[in-house]
Amino acid sequence: MIWEALFLQLGYNATLVTLGATLLGMAAGVGGTFLFLRKRALVSDAISHATLPGVALAFMVMVSFGGDGRNLIGLLAGAALSAGAGLLLVSWLSNRTRLAEDAAIGSVLSVFFGLGIVLLTVIQTMSAGRQAGLEDFLLGSTAGMLRSDALIIAVAAALTLALVLLLRRPLTLASFDPEYGTAIGQNVPRTDLAMMGLVLAVTVVGLKIVGLILIVALLIIPPVTARFWSERTDHVVLISGTLGGIAAYIGAALSAAQPNLPTGPIIVLVGFALFALSLLLAPGRGALSALLRHRRYQRRVHLRQGLLALAHGQPIYEQRTLRLLRAEGYALPDGVATQAGRGRAAKALRDETRWQLIRSDPAYKAAAQQYDGLTPIETVLTTDQIREIDSRIDLRGGVMA
Amino acid sequence: MTLELASSQETVAPRAESPLAVRGMTVSYGQKPAVFSVDMTVEPGKMTAIIGPNGAGKSTLLKAALGILTPLAGTATVYGKPVEQQRHRIAYVPQRASVDWDFPTRVVDVVLMGLYPQLGLLGRIRPVHRARAADCLARVGMEDFATRQIGQLSGGQQQRVFLARALAQDADLYLLDEPFAGVDAATEKAIIAVLKSLRDAGKTVVAVHHDLSTVPEYFDNVFLINTHRVAEGRVEEVFQAHHLQDAYGGRLAGAQMDALQLS
Repeated sequence: MIWEALFLQLGYNATLVTLGATLLGMAAGVGGTFLFLRKRALVSDAISHATLPGVALAFMVMVSFGGDGRNLIGLLAGAALSAGAGLLLVSWLSNRTRLAEDAAIGSVLSVFFGLGIVLLTVIQTMSAGRQAGLEDFLLGSTAGMLRSDALIIAVAAALTLALVLLLRRPLTLASFDPEYGTAIGQNVPRTDLAMMGLVLAVTVVGLKIVGLILIVALLIIPPVTARFWSERTDHVVLISGTLGGIAAYIGAALSAAQPNLPTGPIIVLVGFALFALSLLLAPGRGALSALLRHRRYQRRVHLRQGLLALAHGQPIYEQRTLRLLRAEGYALPDGVATQAGRGRAAKALRDETRWQLIRSDPAYKAAAQQYDGLTPIETVLTTDQIREIDSRIDLRGGVMA
Repeated sequence: MTLELASSQETVAPRAESPLAVRGMTVSYGQKPAVFSVDMTVEPGKMTAIIGPNGAGKSTLLKAALGILTPLAGTATVYGKPVEQQRHRIAYVPQRASVDWDFPTRVVDVVLMGLYPQLGLLGRIRPVHRARAADCLARVGMEDFATRQIGQLSGGQQQRVFLARALAQDADLYLLDEPFAGVDAATEKAIIAVLKSLRDAGKTVVAVHHDLSTVPEYFDNVFLINTHRVAEGRVEEVFQAHHLQDAYGGRLAGAQMDALQLS
């Protein structure tokens, strides 16, 4: 069943829903990247929680006009309106009052969500309309989704992707260097507004599948994950969109196979699994690679210190240093240098003497800045420069030939 | 005292074609003005330093003139027209501390940002644009760093990249906010060489500057500010002890003044 779901073998409707979710995941990953880079990720949490009263009110309005209150477009329009109100309130509170943005987000989020829950309770006491399924907006569900619902989601997600493609340059500049953006004539507030509109669109469209509580994860986890893999904005955007799409695809397929599983949490857990893998394994920024780099560096430092100690004829106290010297064949177990060790020690000392000399000479300022106690000096200076330095070392009493 | 000064010293005559003319600029954070009713007329084809003590409103004046900050009052014109119409002629180098250096972007990507107005929203980055970016990086001596992530650079190198981005714009007026803050001596030399070559090519350069000792060596003109305009004009006429003491409110010690070797 699960494999059938993953390979889209569960029938036309399930397939459509899975593909719709995938597009939504991509749109969220792509749109969320700029939110993350602009350091405003939590605003999306306020937006998503602020949708709930809108959903409930839209249901009530539609019922009062004689419908059953289940029209998705109507519900999403209500969600968009109240989310927009919440967004305006957050920006008003943080710009016009002394409230910091995090406090503004916290207040708006909780008040709107509380209002929404009260309205949902009221709806449960209503006799008209078919309120069953409204609570799916909290955690998301693909069960009972109509083909038209899936199409709406797919189209809206595709539009969002197109908008990001169109605005990628202003969005990048507004995130990286808004002052410069203004100086070259970009309307940064309007770009910010477009970004928030984008996030609002993704949130509202994603309500049905992921649910309002967890949609924030779909906007934040993919970009944070993608950041591990690249140092380029355009690549981070693409990777984030891909990861978001993968997480949503797997999540939606699994929940189509097991209709009791809530879709949103599964998508988020798949996204988290991708995040955890990246955190550990990504080259460059990953934890494992950082650990290895640190160990390698530490090893070089120990070796260098050990060699310098050998050159000075000092005893080596640290077991680790001694172990490394022995492993390289530079020292005997009692800490006495081998033939090879004496040669390496002399070279290390000569290098160090040269480094100390150029560090005290302003003429070598640029080169001296690369001193880290490890870099061989011949990678920094030319042979002529080294000869010039050596002549001075000899003048000062021939520290070491 | 300020009033007396304003009347007693010669003002550079406002001309329609000034690369940057500021009139009656007032900017305030809260109720306290950071810049109060300042007039400034930048002379074309010269290098002008904006100097003054900490908190005197140097950067604020520049940002307000560019529309980065919204002033309470005042206008700025660039080559005789409103700034909004002349953006393509202005290149701006912001303070290094104003951006997030862990941002996922490489040196060459930052320089390409200088070409965004030219590229538009969807214009493709073509070899000619890459060549231009590489050329600008070479002018500031950073061609070997093109594919580095910007956070891996030293402060001086970051400043050079910002300058390369401004060069890519191929503007007529270059505005720099503290370009020498926290950079090494080699970078300072490289930057000033580039700025002088711009000036010699007929461009106009305005820089917020904080190191009084290098003013006569680096700049042609000075603009002294301490919330109010204190003095403005040629270095040899304006960069003098009494003006400096006015701007710095007596905060310059005698020894510091002597070290400046004022004319």
